[in-house]
Amino acid sequence: MASLKALKIRINSVKSTQKITKAMKMVAAAKLRRATEAAEASRPYAERLEAVVSSIASKVTVGPQSPKLLAGSGNSDVHLFVVATSDKGLAGAFNTNIVRLARRQAEALKAEGKTVKFYTIGKKGRDQLSRTFRGDIIHSIEPGDLGKLTYADVQAWGEDLTARFEAGEFDVAHLFFSKFENVLTQTPTQIQLMPVAVAAGEGDAMGVSATVEYEPDEEEILADLLPRNVAVQLLRANRENAASEQGSKMTAMDNATRNAGDMINKLTIQYNRTRQAAITTELIEIIAGAEAL
Amino acid sequence: MALRFELVTPEKLYRSDDVYMVVVPGSEGDFGVLEGHSPMMSTLRNDAALEIYASQGATPERVIIAGGFAEVNENGLTVLAERVEA
Repeated sequence: MASLKALKIRINSVKSTQKITKAMKMVAAAKLRRATEAAEASRPYAERLEAVVSSIASKVTVGPQSPKLLAGSGNSDVHLFVVATSDKGLAGAFNTNIVRLARRQAEALKAEGKTVKFYTIGKKGRDQLSRTFRGDIIHSIEPGDLGKLTYADVQAWGEDLTARFEAGEFDVAHLFFSKFENVLTQTPTQIQLMPVAVAAGEGDAMGVSATVEYEPDEEEILADLLPRNVAVQLLRANRENAASEQGSKMTAMDNATRNAGDMINKLTIQYNRTRQAAITTELIEIIAGAEAL
Repeated sequence: MALRFELVTPEKLYRSDDVYMVVVPGSEGDFGVLEGHSPMMSTLRNDAALEIYASQGATPERVIIAGGFAEVNENGLTVLAERVEA
């Protein structure tokens, strides 16, 4: 059995761990509130833009002169997976869940004989993916604190991705991120980033009648809006990720704090037993000594 | 006679209220939007000013926007802008 001193040291070390995890939980809770607010604040723009894009896109007939972001390259051989994760761990299975979904989809596509390339956002995603797909990662970004990400940052990534798409580096791009449902649930999600997926017939449902005047014409507006749509989707994904990360971190740290509490209880009981056993032994020794006289 | 006006950036809903008129710097020329304007969509010039008239004859409030897009429908005017400088 461990000595009293060793137990005491052990208890103290678990106690300080508990203090740290408790503090991290509080920090995550505060950041979570800010992150969800930011995610909600960016929603109106994304919704409006999506409505406008799909209403115009449903009117334009896709032809060779259409923007590539709408029409696509005509093939679907090379897929690009934009995997958005965070730079830091200690957030439960947050990063792993996103990577797992991406890996499963990648393996399914590879089994069909397609090529899959990766474009990673976040250190954790890059590290985990490079174990199996080292040669397929074409670019990786380290976004730093997801909560502080601005539209300007994301815009640069969007431009880079659009340029690569125009250059024909890939035919289809998918975006992977974790959708924030609530503190307990974050769902890894996949959406198609390029070419733009247009829900057919949605234009009329938006109440946009045929009498809308376009300045300049539909095609030019579309060419202007589509690259912007890419950036907005990226921003949305990262905002959702920021909220998910903090939610996941909060749950993980809450569990860790509770585990530490359980461990302290167990160790304290063990400590007391050992102490009592030592006292009993001492008493027996004294009594035995007295009787011997 | 009020026009529902919304100015939205990717980061937040910048402004949403009822105004009298907004002069929008369209890429093919400025246009004023009053209540009941016919539906239209237009891209906007970069670093140009939106002029917001809170009421008739009031001094316009100027907001510089970049990367903008305006949509007028029966619900009013919505301006999507990438950047806003007050």
